[in-house]
Amino acid sequence: MNILVCIKQVPDTREIRVDLETGTMIRKGVPSIINPDDLHALEYALTLKDEDPDTHVVVLSMGPLQAKEALIECLCMGADQAILLSDRAFGGADTWATANTLAAAVRRLQPFDLILCGQQAIDGDTAQVGPQLAERLAIPQITYAQSVRLENHSVQVERQMEDGYQLVKADLPILITATRKLNQPRYMNIRDIVKVHQADDPVQVWGLEDLDLDPGQVGLKGSPTRVKRSFSPAASSEVRFFSGTADEMAASLIDSFRTLNLIEK
Amino acid sequence: MDFSLTSTQTSIQQMVRAFAAREVKPTAAVTDETCAFPRDNVQKMQRYGLMGMNVPTEFGGAGADDISYAIAVEELSKVCATTGVILSAHNSLFCDPLLKFGTPAQQEKYLIPAANGKTLGAFALTEPNAGTDAASQVTRARKVDGGYRLNGSKIFITNAGEADVYVVFAMTDPSKGTRGISAFILEKGWEGFSFGRVEEKMGIHGSSTRELIFQDVFIPQENLLGEEGKGFKIAMVTLDGGRIGIAAQAVGIAQGALDETIAYIKQREQFNQPISKFQAVQFTIADMQTQTSAARLLTYQAADAKTRGLPYSNLAAMAKLFASETAGFVTNKAVQLHGGYGYTREYPVERMMRDAKITEIYEGTSEVQRMVISSHAIG
Repeated sequence: MNILVCIKQVPDTREIRVDLETGTMIRKGVPSIINPDDLHALEYALTLKDEDPDTHVVVLSMGPLQAKEALIECLCMGADQAILLSDRAFGGADTWATANTLAAAVRRLQPFDLILCGQQAIDGDTAQVGPQLAERLAIPQITYAQSVRLENHSVQVERQMEDGYQLVKADLPILITATRKLNQPRYMNIRDIVKVHQADDPVQVWGLEDLDLDPGQVGLKGSPTRVKRSFSPAASSEVRFFSGTADEMAASLIDSFRTLNLIEK
Repeated sequence: MDFSLTSTQTSIQQMVRAFAAREVKPTAAVTDETCAFPRDNVQKMQRYGLMGMNVPTEFGGAGADDISYAIAVEELSKVCATTGVILSAHNSLFCDPLLKFGTPAQQEKYLIPAANGKTLGAFALTEPNAGTDAASQVTRARKVDGGYRLNGSKIFITNAGEADVYVVFAMTDPSKGTRGISAFILEKGWEGFSFGRVEEKMGIHGSSTRELIFQDVFIPQENLLGEEGKGFKIAMVTLDGGRIGIAAQAVGIAQGALDETIAYIKQREQFNQPISKFQAVQFTIADMQTQTSAARLLTYQAADAKTRGLPYSNLAAMAKLFASETAGFVTNKAVQLHGGYGYTREYPVERMMRDAKITEIYEGTSEVQRMVISSHAIG
């Protein structure tokens, strides 16, 4: 079985600090990590490989050369092959252009039984690249998977909903996006760390010339999205104190929720 | 000279640090309180290739170098010194002598499963009346048809009872003193091989420390490790390597206590400010940090020499001496800076201070290290 996992290297925004003067995110000293949801996608692929050693797991990413680190980490967790799409021409891509680029790489690597992505990245939070990639490849997709059961040549997936889950069945090949409910990602292991670092070039790097794409389909040129303006919402720190008995304070709190339209009047 | 870690060492540090924080730290206090051997931790360490990590891949290990191994013991010991010493005893005291002195058949039968983590190993040298004076062994292996008959006992054996395989030292010819000692490989479950008293210790509560009892145990000839009469040399060479593991454990305990203390002094307020604002506290932290960093450098230097195949006996002795005394100093100061809270079991530094003491005693006391170091210095 051939599995492709798409990952993204992101700044660790779980420990974000904001410059109070400029209102922008402090990037200096913020470590780069593998997008957390992508680790759940990779974990599912590696679980299938644990069950059937003939499974081949390829990890794919687009980004600057620095993203090699993230792919090396995936190899150290047990993935078989890693490819980084890196080219100046790919810079400034929105989700549309990103999906174009990833799809071109997937077509070169074909065929895959299963493509796995994280549900969304913690930097952009769009949750679009997985679904767009499936569209480009003209294969079905199931998003927000909280459990996946693979049988013969089909999958049965529980899609996480706000108030429960939806059970969906589909045939392979398919693209699935993973939620953190899917599993608990493993750590790197010492055997793979030693083996991967002994290899001369554990990550293959592909540029625009390696893909069957026009320059107009990738990067900023291929991106229909235009960012009009970026701003930080003004931080307000209004604190109100209520006094009185517990009942009186509770009543005042409910009143202020109503005033703020947080609950029905 | 390059003082930066390689990419492999950096990855291993990152991996073991995350593993220790999430898998080992949450149960460290319970392990201490219940004195229960942390079998779960051992199984997880096997899964991630830590057991036998510095054994070459052709013998079933992960093929990591000795600095990587020191880093792993250090990172584990930062949060749980018990788990650190289980790994150290298995790798340094069991896998290492099998790798250096084992026959191909012994390596196939005992080293490969141990380096895979399928079996756990232990090392048994100390006897009630043969501690530092290891030559006073009274455990006796008599030559019989097809092998040896072993009688006697060993005490204070790390991983005893939990381990599946044991390197055991015994007198084969008492008339020859240290040249009459031989090493053997024993399996748990052999007839006449049993476990005695479980020691109640000051620290490393989860580490199993027990007596081994041998009553007419038959050891087949093929389980003699190295040549007959060369056991003392095997023990000394093995302990040289073991000292790197214990030095790393001590560095980990010190760093763990330092990390806890820095977090504490930043949030503990007295006289309307965090106590980290007081210079007396700051200077104490400076001393703790400096000694811990120096201990780490000595430890990595000894480990590096071992990987390069250079002499490391003296370096390992200096690393173990300095790191263990540093662990004692740093954990003592850590408790002091925590004040009354540091003396309670609400904070981990109390456990760390108890755990630190053993590093000055086992695998050669600080006095033994001073003997080794002075003999190298003076000649």
